[in-house]
Amino acid sequence: MPRLTVNGKQIEVPAGTNLIEAARHAGVEVPHYCYHPSLSIAGQCRLCMVDIEKAPRPTIACNTVAADGMVVLTETDRVRETRKSIMEFHLINHPLDCPVCDQAGECWLQIYYMQHGLYDPRMTDEKVHKPKAVPLGPHVILDAERCILCSRCVRFCDEITGTGELGIFERGDHSEIGLFPGTELDNKYSGNVVDICPVGALTDRDFRFQVRVWYLETAKSVCAGCARGCNIEVHVNRRRPHHAEGRRVARLKPRVNADVNQWWICDAGRYGFGFVDDNDRLLAPTRREGGTSSDATWDEAIGAVAAALRRLSPDEVGVIASPRMANEDLFALRRLLDICAVRRVGAQVPPRVPGDEDHILIRADKNPNSLGAELMGLGGDARPVLDAARARQLKCLWIFGHDLMASRWPEAEVLEALRAVETIVFTGTNANRTSERAHWVLPAAAWVERDGTYTNFEGRVQRFRQAVEPLGQALAEWEMLDRVLAALGEAPSATRAEHWFRRLATVVPAFAGLSYQALGDTGRLVAGSVAARAPR
Amino acid sequence: MTGEMILTRNFARSDAHTLRAYLETGGYRAWAKAQAMEPTAILEEVKRSNLRGLGGAGFPTGTKWSFIPKSHAGPVYLVINADEGEPGTFKDRYLLERDPHALIEGMLIAARAIRSATAFVYVRGEYVEPWRRFSSAVQEAYAAQYLGHGFDIVVHRGAGAYICGEETGLISSLEGKKGWPKLKPPFPAIKGAFGAPTIVNNVETICHVPHIVNRGAAWFAALGTKTQGGTRMYSVSGRVARPGVYEAPVSITLRQLIYERAGGVTGNGRLKAVVPGGSSAAILTADEIDVTMDVDGLKNAGTMAGSAGVIVMDETVSIPEALMVVARFYAHESCGQCTPCRESTGWIYKITHRIVEGRGRKEDLDTILDVAKRGAGTTICAFYDGAVGPYISYIEKFRGEFEAMVLK
Repeated sequence: MPRLTVNGKQIEVPAGTNLIEAARHAGVEVPHYCYHPSLSIAGQCRLCMVDIEKAPRPTIACNTVAADGMVVLTETDRVRETRKSIMEFHLINHPLDCPVCDQAGECWLQIYYMQHGLYDPRMTDEKVHKPKAVPLGPHVILDAERCILCSRCVRFCDEITGTGELGIFERGDHSEIGLFPGTELDNKYSGNVVDICPVGALTDRDFRFQVRVWYLETAKSVCAGCARGCNIEVHVNRRRPHHAEGRRVARLKPRVNADVNQWWICDAGRYGFGFVDDNDRLLAPTRREGGTSSDATWDEAIGAVAAALRRLSPDEVGVIASPRMANEDLFALRRLLDICAVRRVGAQVPPRVPGDEDHILIRADKNPNSLGAELMGLGGDARPVLDAARARQLKCLWIFGHDLMASRWPEAEVLEALRAVETIVFTGTNANRTSERAHWVLPAAAWVERDGTYTNFEGRVQRFRQAVEPLGQALAEWEMLDRVLAALGEAPSATRAEHWFRRLATVVPAFAGLSYQALGDTGRLVAGSVAARAPR
Repeated sequence: MTGEMILTRNFARSDAHTLRAYLETGGYRAWAKAQAMEPTAILEEVKRSNLRGLGGAGFPTGTKWSFIPKSHAGPVYLVINADEGEPGTFKDRYLLERDPHALIEGMLIAARAIRSATAFVYVRGEYVEPWRRFSSAVQEAYAAQYLGHGFDIVVHRGAGAYICGEETGLISSLEGKKGWPKLKPPFPAIKGAFGAPTIVNNVETICHVPHIVNRGAAWFAALGTKTQGGTRMYSVSGRVARPGVYEAPVSITLRQLIYERAGGVTGNGRLKAVVPGGSSAAILTADEIDVTMDVDGLKNAGTMAGSAGVIVMDETVSIPEALMVVARFYAHESCGQCTPCRESTGWIYKITHRIVEGRGRKEDLDTILDVAKRGAGTTICAFYDGAVGPYISYIEKFRGEFEAMVLK
């Protein structure tokens, strides 16, 4: 463990730490463009110069390993002058059109120019011109004139995805990022190059020009796209509702979690939020009778469900829960089923197309909370419930989220089951071919519209937080279940998702000792999980 | 001052490139002698000879060899830099064409000293005839069993980039990658070609090695100055009566080289300026040529020996135009990897071009000087510092000529 001083502060860092990271230990930011903690050292931008005692000139911090007794100074006059020069070099050929650049507001050229540049521009000659608005793939578009050739995107495709689509072509100030002939930037993680691009060279085709970034608000969340549970930020636009055709969720960005997703998320997760603001969202409870449907109040809907549960014998009730529900929802459901002694319950419905999987992040299980459902005793196969319905044993079937018509189950068998049940209750966020056949539709809040937790495939319990209000009258599942419980005579127990989590932590052994506070921003492992036994 | 010809002694023979001619003039005897020497003994001999790298940096050759880790178990590579690209330099071309076996013999000995079983010779892409001659010599050496018994030579042709003459750019190119210089550390002697310890030496440097082994370090050291032994080949071009390659002891002065060897200025014109060590060396004025042409002599004169490419300019040459040509070269050849070099070589070329076109402004000169000084020492490799040599020296030493242009 080398001991060194950075700007007079003595620190001790793990062997092999470079000076950018070592400075961070001392609370000092060394400005940089090409360095990224998960990529190889390129040393190309030359911005991270620091002074090391006895060295004849400033040295790049990214390629210098901290050594015992090293004296590092990041704010000497000559370091500041060097930084200013490097900023000038970065900007001489850069277009000066920030007002029309989508990166404005989150551009590291703007930020560092204000912090470290502030020189009077001297470049009066014609700038080098390069291709603009070049689509590189389905999600990413390139403006080569804005590129500072830090090579982060190239290294990402070489070192993280191993797909190698990008290279730097030409030479000198004509160098530009581009695709190798015959390739397209269409790997499953392509959107990450936009995140790591420090400037406006690579932008998101889905996001750009929709809303200026300074109008966005942020909530810490977890991707619900598969069992990995990648940590994300949800960026929402509430201040300019007339922008982006009224879509409230502007984009999802990865949030660093060294134990889950590092810096990355996959494209499926990143771009998989369209359903939140889609036209097929369920906005109000509805009742369907004799082929016509009409809006109902929540009181009517809850009353009807409670009445059915009260009236029917437990074996006449079936529930298809969902591994997409949060732990809080599942525990509330568990409580309701226990009170009503309902035993015909399952959650796993096979997808029509098996999920893809890789060795980076993507899991074949596209549900965010399969392990949570299992730990709650609700993770079983839903097929027996379907079969009970087909056998006319059920009078009421409550389906959470699933579109059974889109599952691997034969459509004829699903139709047979749905026709055989007197009262079908559907709870979900969006209309589908199953909800169309339900007698009661209870609109659910999407995950970005509420609080909750998911348990990922390794047993990590992670919080997701509300970013926007639920659309229409939608409610979180725990909230509607709470109301049903109240209608059945249970004392109301929760006004926040956290209340259900507290009860869950006292009842389900795997969750013992966990609380929202303990989960923090990066989650905690449940007791006895594989990952907890085998630390990485 | 003529002295003994060592590297160029056979150049007059039209068959000097053949194995027969090489053997007739004492070839491969040093290799026979070296085989009886311990590798460390060869290394020490070269160290004592004060042989310094003749590609440009002038680093002591024996010291460089000693950087190979002693305990290294895997392969060690010897790489010969025959990517001679420094403007004004054409000496390695002569060696490859006229005495290729001297290089092969030198490689055999050097490889023994650093315990290398494989060497690569990276030949400049435009050097077609030198490549043909050298390749034939390699075939002859294989047929005569000098090669193939514990030592192999791979001849690799470059594709025409100046930066591939920078030792780590060369290694990247050799590895099949874009010819981008690598970050140091690690240095090539620790982690070079294909990740293995590697020594990169210039053609001419290695051609000296057989002579050092044959005649001893003391003899070689005595040919030169206190800090640099031997002779070297000076490529003299520009406004001289007899342009060409001249071998001379490194203690020769620039004046002697121009006037005694190259026949003086063309048409007895007036000397204006000389670039003594390839285009990256700082320019000298006509009254600064009484300097010895060894590494330290030229360093003390504020310039460098570099590749010993001597470019002579007389009164007919416009220094601003010459700077524009040099600036265009560096802008064109900058690899683009790191920012200061990539961005400012192009910028400075644009300014010099504008000055030459008569659209210069008074502040342009100080802008070039300031940009060059700010960029110097901030880059991955020595390319930019090489460009800074002319940027600064041409303007500082001939400021009046530039000012006359920008104030017109």
